[in-house]
Amino acid sequence: MLNRGRNIEKGRVITRRMFILAAAKILLFAGISSRLYNLQISDREKYEILSDKNRIREWKTPPQRGIIVDNFNKVLASNDRVFQLHLMLDEISDFDVTIFKIKNLIRLDQFQIKKLYKKKERLKPWDTLVVSDNLTWEQFSKINLYLHELEGAKPVLSTSRYYPYANDLVHIVGYVGDASPKDLEKPEIKENFVPGLKVGKYGIENSQEKMLIGNYGIKRYEVNASGKRISQIDYIKERQGNKVNLTIDIEIQKYAQELLKGKAGSICAMDIYTGEVIAMASSPTYDPNKFTHGINQKDWQEIRNNPLKPLINKSIAGLYSPGSTFKPLVALAALEYGILDPNKTIRCKGHKHPYELYGVKYHCWKKEGHGYMKLRNAIKQSCDIYFYEMARLLGVDKLSIIAKRYGLGTNVLGDLYKDEKNGLVPNTKWKRRALEQSWYLGETVINGIGQGYIQTTPLQLCLMTAQIANGGYKIKPHIIKDNTINYNDILNKIKLDQSNFPLHERNYLDEINVEYYQRMYHKKSNINFVLDAMFGSTNEQYGTSYKSRYDNLKYQFAGKTGTSQVRRITDLDRELDLDTEQIEYKKRDHALYVAFAPYKDPRYSISVIIEHGGSGSKAAAPLASKLIKRIIDRHKLREQFNNGNTSLA
Amino acid sequence: MLRERIQASNYSFLDKLRSIDYLLILLIIAIGSISVFAIYSTEGGKFSFYTKNHIIRLSVFFGLFLILSFVRVSTWYKNAYLFYIVGLILLITVLFFGISASGATRWINLYFLNLQPSELMKIAVIICFARYYHRIQSSDIQSYKFLIQPIILLIIPCYLVIQQPDLGTSILIAGSGIAIIWLAGLNIKYFVYSGLLLLVSLPFAISILKPYQKARILTFFNPDRDPLGAGYQIIQSKIAIGSGGFFGKGYLKGTQSYLEFLPEKHTDFIFTLFSEEFGFLGSIILLFLYILLIYRIINVGLVSRSFFAKLYCFGFATAIFLYVFVNIAMVLGMLPIVGAPLPIMSYGGSSLLSIMLGLSIVMSCKIYNQEQISAY
Repeated sequence: MLNRGRNIEKGRVITRRMFILAAAKILLFAGISSRLYNLQISDREKYEILSDKNRIREWKTPPQRGIIVDNFNKVLASNDRVFQLHLMLDEISDFDVTIFKIKNLIRLDQFQIKKLYKKKERLKPWDTLVVSDNLTWEQFSKINLYLHELEGAKPVLSTSRYYPYANDLVHIVGYVGDASPKDLEKPEIKENFVPGLKVGKYGIENSQEKMLIGNYGIKRYEVNASGKRISQIDYIKERQGNKVNLTIDIEIQKYAQELLKGKAGSICAMDIYTGEVIAMASSPTYDPNKFTHGINQKDWQEIRNNPLKPLINKSIAGLYSPGSTFKPLVALAALEYGILDPNKTIRCKGHKHPYELYGVKYHCWKKEGHGYMKLRNAIKQSCDIYFYEMARLLGVDKLSIIAKRYGLGTNVLGDLYKDEKNGLVPNTKWKRRALEQSWYLGETVINGIGQGYIQTTPLQLCLMTAQIANGGYKIKPHIIKDNTINYNDILNKIKLDQSNFPLHERNYLDEINVEYYQRMYHKKSNINFVLDAMFGSTNEQYGTSYKSRYDNLKYQFAGKTGTSQVRRITDLDRELDLDTEQIEYKKRDHALYVAFAPYKDPRYSISVIIEHGGSGSKAAAPLASKLIKRIIDRHKLREQFNNGNTSLA
Repeated sequence: MLRERIQASNYSFLDKLRSIDYLLILLIIAIGSISVFAIYSTEGGKFSFYTKNHIIRLSVFFGLFLILSFVRVSTWYKNAYLFYIVGLILLITVLFFGISASGATRWINLYFLNLQPSELMKIAVIICFARYYHRIQSSDIQSYKFLIQPIILLIIPCYLVIQQPDLGTSILIAGSGIAIIWLAGLNIKYFVYSGLLLLVSLPFAISILKPYQKARILTFFNPDRDPLGAGYQIIQSKIAIGSGGFFGKGYLKGTQSYLEFLPEKHTDFIFTLFSEEFGFLGSIILLFLYILLIYRIINVGLVSRSFFAKLYCFGFATAIFLYVFVNIAMVLGMLPIVGAPLPIMSYGGSSLLSIMLGLSIVMSCKIYNQEQISAY
């Protein structure tokens, strides 16, 4: 009962306090009401004047986009002055009349008018409609002359992107265009957007948006009831975006594109110590300037329907079987794991007596056979039979560890390019997981000559070659200049690593992560063996790229050809033995070539791929040879420039 | 006691329907409809993203409200602490996995909705405190032991929310909690003392505020100090409301709002837009609807038998009052701008969800108003 009494008391307290609170609420609401009365009834006139006659209006002024330069500070993407016409929708009383006047002034056709109406539909009543973002001087001056008759019209002096090297760089630098709703979701664009501003759509323009976009300025005006400016009260100046400095040498890049003219394919060149990408050409190509003001339908169809696929950046988004260019790595793996004595002799007997495994026949590319082969000769003359047997002994899992370590199977440039592919380095685990099948020995055998499941991008092959050529050290490939990476430091790091022998000898056979500028090899002599064999392949008789060699030590290079099949070769094909020109284009082999130069004291690696070009030695190696000469001729200049740069920094 | 429990579970469905507070439902629908028109107006009279989303959320959460109204009040009671703990866990989740927008990390991405746990915490604190004080004897309430516990329960979520940073929501959570402590009957002297303490410590408190918060408070005292920066919103909001006059500028004709003078017009400044277009008359009617809503909630508390239901309803009514008052006072330039939505009117899924959830508990108190809850 005592309990009940207490409960009644508690109930009373709660109710009493509730009423006190309610009284306070009523008081506060009364306060709000009186404030509303004050604002809306007593002071109404004052606020009406403020609202109608003293409105503050803001105009955002577009920022200039940061420029993009190459290794030598040559401008690759700049800003041109353009004349634009904007319409302030909220200042227009009759949209149709305004558009009619504008139409007569700057001669818009029916299609453009329709597009403007459609564009307006998507805008808010207070938004800015960009009528034209690229007026001629004549049109622009006419608009200015009749400005007083055009409600809400605003002639704007703006800038637009210009790419002086147009076609030569589009796959690296990319292009700009109107911001899509999806672009506007990105914070760096959302925060800096101004109507009519162009944003990066692909490549460096897209991935370095944060650097390039800059900040808009704000002009604040007092305006009168009809929206005319009375006075400017504030101007926060816009800030141009930052400069982006690439490692590309535009001269080399231009030359690489020229070499690829009329072909589909890619050429990549890299500094084998700093990892700087010197050139990354992809063919065919297209003009990014056409995209700046919106590409017209005809041009777009032309690009899109080209069977050689110019839109694909073949250097990083094209996937190819590496073919025989993979052989140096297979040989290196076999030597490193101690699978095989390089003096072991295997006989290649030609098409009449192919390599046989469980009743399946594997042919060498050479009809009459190579005869008795040791490892060095097998690399030099690219004998498939030797590599079938070596791959069989090595096994695909060990091979995949080495292949991944030297840069295959993962994308090279990180998230710079949204379309960069990872490629594929197959092993038994992968096949079980991805295809839910077990691995066949036959697949190992063809993997040994770079065919089968394995898929690589040209840039990966370039990186692989670089990391063999520099003596087996992991490097950091990049295309945006990084001043913390310089040649002398890296050389010192490598020297230091060599004096610390042995370092990761113990678990070398496992999948390990190697730090940058640390060795990836087990025995230095194995790397040297492979490099020497590649030398033979280019500079000794019977080598597959002997014809493309230089005898001058300055330009002398070493490389490896590759011919990657795009389909299975049948017995009939072997019998017919057609020339490349006689085969239908789509069925021709891809021609590949990887090389490093100069052979003595190498600095650069290069990879060339010509789609459906036929054999590597005929179609790819000669191009590499020409480009290598150009790269080495410019080496001194580049070295001087880079050293000068670092001493300044 | 046993008999009463059986009695409670023996409510027939018809009884339940009969005891629903239909006026309350009508009020919710009325305010909801006004909010749709207001948000339609913020988009310049176009039926697009915000309007569509707001209508979908209103309908879904209203359905949820109707369903949850039939959950027994004792079930809410039993799960009150769980509710609070879940709220806390969500707040901690925000700390680590929250998504950010304009410098604050307040949301968790649930794919269909970006949940703002601090909004749910507003309700969780009320229900948790209602349960806490439900079982405490009035004589014990004054003891330090029973004073310290709720203060700790209140400080933790407030601290987490301030970290986001979200001063407005944190103050509202603290306000609702303190309201229940008051209702439960804590001696007035504590409130006086802590009020004095707050006044004394104010200079220190201001020194730990974020620069933008300081700017807001300073501009509140003198909006003309920085007319284009922090004071901009207050000045423009006042101009919009003042120029509305008695009858307003007319629907879809609010020039201030159309010219984008108000950056957050569909959330915190929705009242500004409404008031500009519908004037003094419209604003008073809207205010009256809110007063009626609060009155109906208090009424449910009065007819409920259990302390839990009473405390909850009175507490929730005070919370609603606080949200409405803080928001409107803010846009009228009577309080600094702290970021507090107007219940039901403002665009925002989490705020709407928490209000509807809170209202469904009120309705459950009404339907099961004769239910006794034993203090176990």
